[in-house]
Amino acid sequence: MNKIVKKEKLAERIYRLEVEAPLIAASRKAGNFIIARTGKLGERIPLTVVDSDLDKGTITLVVQEMGVSSKKICALNEGEYITDLVGPLGRPTDIKKVGTILACAGGLGAAPMLPIIKAFKEAGNRVITILAARSKDLLILKEELAANSDEFIIMTDDGTEGKKGLITVGMEEVIAREKIDECIAVGPGVMMKFCALTTKKHNIPTMVSLNAIMVDGTGMCGACRVTVGDETKFTCVDGPEFDAHKIDFDEFLLRLGGYKDQENVLLENFEKSCKLK
Amino acid sequence: KERIAKERVEMPEVPPMVRSKSQTTEVNKGLTKEMAVEEAKRCMDCANPTCIDGCPVGINIPKFIKHIENEEPLKAIATLKESSALPAACGRVCPQEKQCEANCFYTLKLNKPAVAIGHLERYAADYENNSDEKVVQEVAPSNGIKVGVVGSGPSGLAFAGDMVKFGYDVTVFEALHEIGGVLKYGIPEFRLPNSLVDVEIESLKRMGVKFETNFIVGQTQTIEQLREQGFKSFYVASGAGLPRFMNIPGENVNGVLSANEYLTRVNLMFAGSAEADTPVIKGKNVAVIGGGNTAMDAVRTAIRMGAENAMIIYRRSLEQLPARAEEVHHAKQEGVFFNTLKNPIEFLHESGKLNAVKVQHMELGEPDASGRRRPIPIEGKTEIIPIDVAIMAIGVSPNPIIPNSVKGLDISKWGTIEVSEETRQSSVEDIYAGGDIVRGGATVILAMGDGRDAAASMHKKLQAEMNN
Ligand SMILES: Cc1cc2nc3c(=O)[nH]c(=O)nc-3n(C[C@H](O)[C@H](O)[C@H](O)COP(=O)(O)OP(=O)(O)OC[C@H]3O[C@@H](n4cnc5c(N)ncnc54)[C@H](O)[C@@H]3O)c2cc1C
Ligand SMILES: Cc1cc2nc3c(=O)[nH]c(=O)nc-3n(C[C@H](O)[C@H](O)[C@H](O)COP(=O)(O)OP(=O)(O)OC[C@H]3O[C@@H](n4cnc5c(N)ncnc54)[C@H](O)[C@@H]3O)c2cc1C
Ligand code: SF4
Ligand code: SF4
Ligand code: FES
Ligand SMILES: [Mg+2]
Repeated sequence: MNKIVKKEKLAERIYRLEVEAPLIAASRKAGNFIIARTGKLGERIPLTVVDSDLDKGTITLVVQEMGVSSKKICALNEGEYITDLVGPLGRPTDIKKVGTILACAGGLGAAPMLPIIKAFKEAGNRVITILAARSKDLLILKEELAANSDEFIIMTDDGTEGKKGLITVGMEEVIAREKIDECIAVGPGVMMKFCALTTKKHNIPTMVSLNAIMVDGTGMCGACRVTVGDETKFTCVDGPEFDAHKIDFDEFLLRLGGYKDQENVLLENFEKSCKLK
Repeated sequence: KERIAKERVEMPEVPPMVRSKSQTTEVNKGLTKEMAVEEAKRCMDCANPTCIDGCPVGINIPKFIKHIENEEPLKAIATLKESSALPAACGRVCPQEKQCEANCFYTLKLNKPAVAIGHLERYAADYENNSDEKVVQEVAPSNGIKVGVVGSGPSGLAFAGDMVKFGYDVTVFEALHEIGGVLKYGIPEFRLPNSLVDVEIESLKRMGVKFETNFIVGQTQTIEQLREQGFKSFYVASGAGLPRFMNIPGENVNGVLSANEYLTRVNLMFAGSAEADTPVIKGKNVAVIGGGNTAMDAVRTAIRMGAENAMIIYRRSLEQLPARAEEVHHAKQEGVFFNTLKNPIEFLHESGKLNAVKVQHMELGEPDASGRRRPIPIEGKTEIIPIDVAIMAIGVSPNPIIPNSVKGLDISKWGTIEVSEETRQSSVEDIYAGGDIVRGGATVILAMGDGRDAAASMHKKLQAEMNN
């Protein structure tokens, strides 16, 4: 049982939670995630550790309401408990000094991106961050990302804030103007796919953090498998970060929808039961 | 001689049509007292009880059976508990026909069905569980020495039980949110009710064993950090939980999943029950690849989830199925089709969704190293079988978290932890190991036996250190 000590709404359907988890706060590194479960019949879902506070013994999660499980976590209030929380999971980001980093965060991807750019910045890299979303009100963690970047660019599909256009447009502009040593992309699957295609053209080493479907998060089930090069890898223990140019994105995107029909039914039932209450 | 004339008791079962609609109804109902006493009478109390040689933990079989015959089931359970940590589980899931019962006088010399040792073991254990009288377990006064257990499967639980009785301060660390390892997330409720495992866990808690769930040793904290907190020694029983795949085309399409994923969703997360949040694919035509206990559990679970056709695809023949005989028998009763001498070579799909498996027909060739006749492909004979779910149950590998996170630990080329056969001690002095992480996939009783051996050996060493 892990207590929520602080809750804050960041955008429509997106919340920042500060949760008591002293051991994870002490051992987590950039790139790690946890698995959370809410309620006795709850689902195990992975969430990135966005930040931690060693003095308070807390970790920060940013959760977007998607279906039943994320809605249940977002419905918890300060003082209430997440039933189970385990971690840190996954390999930490391979942080090294490479020169200039282009960090591409799409939508909720801003949350996992924050600890990654912090660590790259601390390691002495120049960090250029592009934050992109469909629209202005979906841009989250702007101040935090800006504070940890040497240059910070905002893009929206509809032009309501920052430059208008897809993230790849912003990427091309940066790449045209200066030498990028490594690119990191975190966001929706399709966005990561196109980021990878863009950097591939320019031969820029690129890493993505995959949000594959998981159950245990410890290598036990294989739900999270992904094809990297000609090998099958388990995202939870071999990732979540992989060489973007080796990933079979089409397979990855199909697998993300593997339980879509069942999830929709679960969500419908959940919303019905909420209305009844 | 009048003993020999008796017929072996038949275990009463819930009819296949009824049980195959329920995920939780236990198939075997258990023997009545009368049946148990009658069956006990078949045992000849042999001067040389060969049955004991067949039991990996050497249970005094004629002795416990004699107590049942004398209508003293509590004495029977006391005898069982001298050697086994969880007779209620072993009576249900041991492959008796390959172990104790294979070595019974009836099997060896009389060519008759063995004494139903497993059924009797279960009878005694259930009697205790259902009665207010309990066999009291003596716990030595606390010696304050902290020992840690990695993993709460049968091996870790057996170790913890013995160590707490010796007086140690025992903490069991478990990565999942549930205690019990494979007994909870793998073996389904219709074969081994969770409540039986919970009884054992409660009794361990009462004796003072502490459980830390959601704690991954090596990640949440390292063995090194636990040493700094005063843990004097460790028993690693982290199991062989990693699923294997075949690495054939189409294996990553939606609809192909590991038995671990399928069984975890259903058994640990209760997917399929109306109130649970975890989804599961309920296939119409389900194929389970493999022939072991895991395969039987998966295919029978699929039937209970409403599959119209559920089949086992196995590359050898029916006679060579490694699963317990009883599970194969029950699976057949429940309508499972055994498609043997077939080996999948490709999964076919439409828009990323599984719709068929292509299998290679096999025949049996010369015996291989294991003594079983080797399956070899029949040139040019393949077949396409329409299915919408494929469950891979072709084996597991050792959990790599501890091997990867502890320096100096000797690991075999199969990824198992190497230990001394005699002491269960690894190459790192304060780390002992047993169960599937050492054996690479074995049985519940072997895992428990290792736990008990390791406890005895660790106790001896720590005592010697104390006396110095
Ligand atoms: C390593 C990793 C880090 C993540 N970090 C964050 C984060 O910091 N914040 C955040 O809001 N989300 C994060 N996610 C995604 C988050 O886990 C899913 O949004 C969540 O599981 C959806 O569950 P649901 O029941 O609410 O929605 P559902 O309606 O059940 O599912 C919606 C979609 O989410 C995905 N999904 C469903 N179940 C799972 C599952 N068990 N594991 C992974 N994905 C699933 C599927 O693509 C599905 O179609 C992360 C995922 C991974 C793998
Ligand atoms: C579906 C299925 C059916 C089976 N049927 C039978 C049967 O009928 N009869 C039979 O005798 N055997 C059967 N077996 C085999 C038997 O269950 C195993 O041999 C036995 O459970 C091994 O016990 P264990 O304690 O070594 O490991 P496990 O039961 O695997 O337990 C290991 C535990 O350690 C935890 N863990 C792993 N790493 C860490 C870590 N770093 N930190 C903390 N915790 C960790 C895991 O989460 C797990 O709970 C079956 C197995 C399966 C999968
Ligand atoms: S523990 Fe298993 S092998 Fe030993 S007597 Fe009992 S059922 Fe037979
Ligand atoms: S071998 Fe069979 S008959 Fe003889 S003691 Fe053992 S169980 Fe009884
Ligand atoms: S989530 Fe189960 S293996 Fe990765
Ligand atoms: Mg869900």
